[in-house]
Amino acid sequence: MGRLLHVAFCAAVFVFLVAPILVIVPLSFNAEPYFTFTDGMLRLDADAWSLRWYEAVAGDGEWRRALVNSLVIGVSATVLATVLGVLAALGLASPAMPGRAVVMSVVISPMVTPVIVAAAGMFFFYSSIGLAQTHLGLILAHAALGTPFVVITVTATLAGFNHDLTRAAASLGAGPWYAFRSVQLPLVLPGIVSGALFAFATSFDEVVTVLFMGGVEQRTVPREMWAGVREQISPAILAVATFLIAFALLLMGLVQWLRGRGSGSEPAARDAATA
Amino acid sequence: MPGVIAEAGRSRLSSSFLRSLKAWLLVLPLLAFIGVTFIVPLGSMLTRSVHAPVVADALPETLALLRSWDAAGLPGEAVYAAAAREIRTARETRTLGQVATRINRLKSGLRGVLSRTARQLRSIGPRPGDHEPERAGQPPDDATPWRDTLLGIDDAWGEADTWLAIRRAGERFTARHYLNALDLTQSVDGGVVAQPPELRIYLPLLGRTLLVSLAITVLCLVLGYPVAYLIAQAPPKRANLLLLLVLVPFWTSLLVRTTSWIVLLQSQGVVNDLLVAAGLLGDEDRLAMIYNMTGTMVAMTHVLLPFMVLPLYSVMRTIPPHYMRAATSLGGTFFQAFRRVYWPQTLPGVGAGSLLVFILAIGYYITPALVGGRTGQLISNMIAYHMQQSLNWGLAAALGGLLLVCVVALYLVFDRLVGVDRMRLG
Repeated sequence: MGRLLHVAFCAAVFVFLVAPILVIVPLSFNAEPYFTFTDGMLRLDADAWSLRWYEAVAGDGEWRRALVNSLVIGVSATVLATVLGVLAALGLASPAMPGRAVVMSVVISPMVTPVIVAAAGMFFFYSSIGLAQTHLGLILAHAALGTPFVVITVTATLAGFNHDLTRAAASLGAGPWYAFRSVQLPLVLPGIVSGALFAFATSFDEVVTVLFMGGVEQRTVPREMWAGVREQISPAILAVATFLIAFALLLMGLVQWLRGRGSGSEPAARDAATA
Repeated sequence: MPGVIAEAGRSRLSSSFLRSLKAWLLVLPLLAFIGVTFIVPLGSMLTRSVHAPVVADALPETLALLRSWDAAGLPGEAVYAAAAREIRTARETRTLGQVATRINRLKSGLRGVLSRTARQLRSIGPRPGDHEPERAGQPPDDATPWRDTLLGIDDAWGEADTWLAIRRAGERFTARHYLNALDLTQSVDGGVVAQPPELRIYLPLLGRTLLVSLAITVLCLVLGYPVAYLIAQAPPKRANLLLLLVLVPFWTSLLVRTTSWIVLLQSQGVVNDLLVAAGLLGDEDRLAMIYNMTGTMVAMTHVLLPFMVLPLYSVMRTIPPHYMRAATSLGGTFFQAFRRVYWPQTLPGVGAGSLLVFILAIGYYITPALVGGRTGQLISNMIAYHMQQSLNWGLAAALGGLLLVCVVALYLVFDRLVGVDRMRLG
């Protein structure tokens, strides 16, 4: 009895978690400009369903520009965050690293600071050095917000890395760089890619710094969605939302797959799998 | 042989020094990057919350002269002359508007006085009552042409309060924004008093933000604990599947999730339609579930629930299942066993999840802004309002500073209890 109640309760929570996201998908095919199921949709009338919102979005120059902006800013920020984050994680993983706790706190700080506070500070500072309303300013901002994810993921993978392997490589005559590239890197690569995907997802979903620092030229997809929800609410944003859901599932799938591949560093990978 | 041992010791020392140097060099680029792109901006925000150079820069001489004024009678002629000159200059350099706004915050009505004064001073020229500068000569010692002129323009120039307000507004560093943010106010003579209750905005809002965050944390714990337990007890295959259901919302764009709740909860939305169709509600008494505090709470609980479930699960997974079996086989009921054996072992997860959710909740902006309506706003929304609408950036910075202090305090607690380097991502 208690067990049944428990399962029923959990089922309800799972519905609460997933259903709201799924509801968006069929509604994006609504032939009418409504946010709810029409009678025709419920009768599965072919006329009540349509791709008009997808066509509207695809034919809209603003959405296209937003997607380009999101990709340019997201990819650049990810590359920056990944390079800096991986280097730092390698340093932090070294047993000889002094002051690790302090360094870690600084490195993690962009993740725990409320974005509104970070965005306000960035607005003040970046305006004063002429980086407000530029792509570069947003790339730097998003890279800063993304680095903690790279550091955490890569540090977790490195924690499970067996340092005897590099020592073995060295004893067989490999130089430090060769040993890193041919032994350590392949084993921690899944962790690095996961971290990069986290960083990209962070940038791709970030709207507060764009609101504060971006001009018309820097509008990203989430910024257009924000405008869509706030100003002229139209089912076109449901079409974009459906696209973003598919994209999120893709990223999630990739990270899960990489996790399976990262089994070379078993304990860390399992730990990382569970938040 | 002692020399050889010492030699080996030294080389070990220097090699460990080299290794920590190498580690530092690897970390340094990121530290520098975060320093410039993140820490310095936070610093510039904190500076702005106490730094108020506008008036000080515009009226330097006036303020210098006012410093030696005893605040008893009216200031001397020199002050009036400097003020007239600097107000004219401020008008020409288009800074008068900002100056007037600041001074006006200390004594309302002075904005009009300043702009009126600047306008009329322009037609008067550089010296009052004397339109031919080359004949100006020395005025008699007791003549106060500038004082008379300004008094002629507006009576406010004859009030000591006006000059006190200017002197206060001219302080380059000010606690004013923090006082404002704490619903305190400073009278022109310098005393700090609480705002009258009907003018208190920020402390109640901060209180509400903390309360709402606490409620959301409790909700997440109540919803998340049984779910994490279920996943931890499930066989591995099913556990992975169930974990995916938690991870889907975790990965889905925040804006998408917020939009979902608007679609579901608005008055013509899916939930209301269902309730009406089921006959539970009349068409005209549809529930107001969004654009108010309910909307904020529901959407934020949804957004933050994965941050509770994932740390809980990672702790529960490490608890061997036979502990509970042993407890019950020794005669304990399920609840006794749970309370005395299982629950205490999950406390690290409860602490980590709760702190994480609470920290994220008190800084939340997007969701309340989109679904909170008028009543569901939190402290972040007030920061955004002062950043983007009222343009009172000093106050926005001070509110940001207060929020930052709250988060840093909680973060330190988190670090003590959980340890940041043990943080994992789903």
